[in-house]
Amino acid sequence: MTLAIDLTQPLSYAFFQRGLIVALIAGALCGLIGVFVVLRNMSYIGHGLSHAVFGGAAVAAVVGFSFFVGAGLWGLASGLLIGWVARKRIIGADAAIGVITTGSFAFGLALQARFGQASRNIEAVLFGNVLGVFTSDIWAVVGVSVIALLAVVLLYRRLLFATFDPEVAGVSGVSVTWMETVLMVLLSATILVTVRVVGVLLISALLVLPAVCARMLTNSFRKMLWVAPILGACFGGVGMYLSWFVDVPSGAVIILVGTAAFTVIYAAVGLGRRRQLASLSFH
Amino acid sequence: MDDGTYVTVQPLIEFVDVACSYGGPAVIDHVNFAVHPGEFIGVVGPSGSGKTTVLRTLLGAVRPVHGEIRTSTKDLPMAYVPQVETVDWNFPVTVTEVVTMSRGTRPWRAAARNAERREVAELLDRLGIGDLGDRQIRQLSGGQQQRVFLARALAQRPRLVVLDEPTSGVDVRTRHEVLHVLADLNAEGIAIVLTTHDLNGLAAHLPRILCFNKTVIADGAPAEVLTSEVLEATYGAPMDVLIHGGMPVVLESTPQLAPPIPIRREMLG
Repeated sequence: MTLAIDLTQPLSYAFFQRGLIVALIAGALCGLIGVFVVLRNMSYIGHGLSHAVFGGAAVAAVVGFSFFVGAGLWGLASGLLIGWVARKRIIGADAAIGVITTGSFAFGLALQARFGQASRNIEAVLFGNVLGVFTSDIWAVVGVSVIALLAVVLLYRRLLFATFDPEVAGVSGVSVTWMETVLMVLLSATILVTVRVVGVLLISALLVLPAVCARMLTNSFRKMLWVAPILGACFGGVGMYLSWFVDVPSGAVIILVGTAAFTVIYAAVGLGRRRQLASLSFH
Repeated sequence: MDDGTYVTVQPLIEFVDVACSYGGPAVIDHVNFAVHPGEFIGVVGPSGSGKTTVLRTLLGAVRPVHGEIRTSTKDLPMAYVPQVETVDWNFPVTVTEVVTMSRGTRPWRAAARNAERREVAELLDRLGIGDLGDRQIRQLSGGQQQRVFLARALAQRPRLVVLDEPTSGVDVRTRHEVLHVLADLNAEGIAIVLTTHDLNGLAAHLPRILCFNKTVIADGAPAEVLTSEVLEATYGAPMDVLIHGGMPVVLESTPQLAPPIPIRREMLG
């Protein structure tokens, strides 16, 4: 079968195998964490954190330091700085995110322009380079996925309570601050290990698309936590194959696959609702 | 009692000269009252009078800056029912998911999970929403939404349930439904404290009312505290009270308007 041969052909390359594994797991991880990002309206924080991480990645590339250590520490420092500026209440939290993360991003761009020899690594962070991932990237994304899964399973009800109704959760013995911290740490770690798959500029889309698609398909939080990771993994897998065959950067194709799925589901859900309304008006 | 001895029931929770603030001047001050087991109390007062702060202090979410709060046991089981508008009803959760979220960690053993499932089903049946367990919360009426919040509170097996404006923004029928459900729970021995703006529809039907404005203005049965004097002291505006069928009915006085300007013939041209 020609189609079967075509589909297995890229798998004969080790770099594609690694890329496919990372794209599948990163998609599922972003889908899982994205459920909380979408339901807590944290999309902007995700977007900002990925930009902040870019500054750290650029410093790590120039100094010749480990990407995970450089970008991780930089992301942590940015998160703490955002929290500190927001607590001062001179400017709002959204403005603090805007200033600190874009400042960090601009710093990364400046380093990229000034130190040309490191720009290849920096570009991988900017646009994603799933075909250039190392075995260490696979272990990092697997490790964070296992931790995220454990946290969601063990803290399921507390995370749900703190997300749905923080006021009552607080007086019912749930530490809302602790739950928010857990989610922020998981979000930062997710961005850190998946940013090289789709890139700084597209990571927030991979966090949002599977979750919003899942939201349109189900009214249950529990089901969303299943559906969104499956969709994320599908976007990652299908995007990887398409990117191979059409020869377009994989990060962009993964997001385009997600956007296409979103459009189809949105149209189908809209059509379903219109039919429902029409049947109501006739009977 | 016949033998002439009295049994003193220890309060579940007691405010002793309590004052609270959010960093500025005291929001509530010199507050003294006690909630006994099985009591049903309504707190009434104008907006901004500190009613919600009283509830938050009861629940331990606000700490007094002065005075003392005494409880009968160290960890008094209490549950809170907020106003229905405080959550996003589009949130993708089913009725059962809302009720179980307050129960702590999900049981790992199948037997414990089944027992919990049965308990939640019984709770929903008791509140008349047994067939709605799998419904998304947006697909419920106002009264059903209020019952879901109540079910979540009862799933914590409380001895005291605290409700903030349980009938705010609901129609007359829903208000009756909520009042009936609360009366049934109270009959089972659960103490209830709620705030309300609804003097005639809700407060007048309760056994005990606290008229509140930064402090307790009056505390007693509706017939004792729903008087023109007490209400004027509480709300700062004149209010008339009629007695109808043995129950007080509060009438808001019509504000005095300026007399109309007489129109003279020459003004009409």
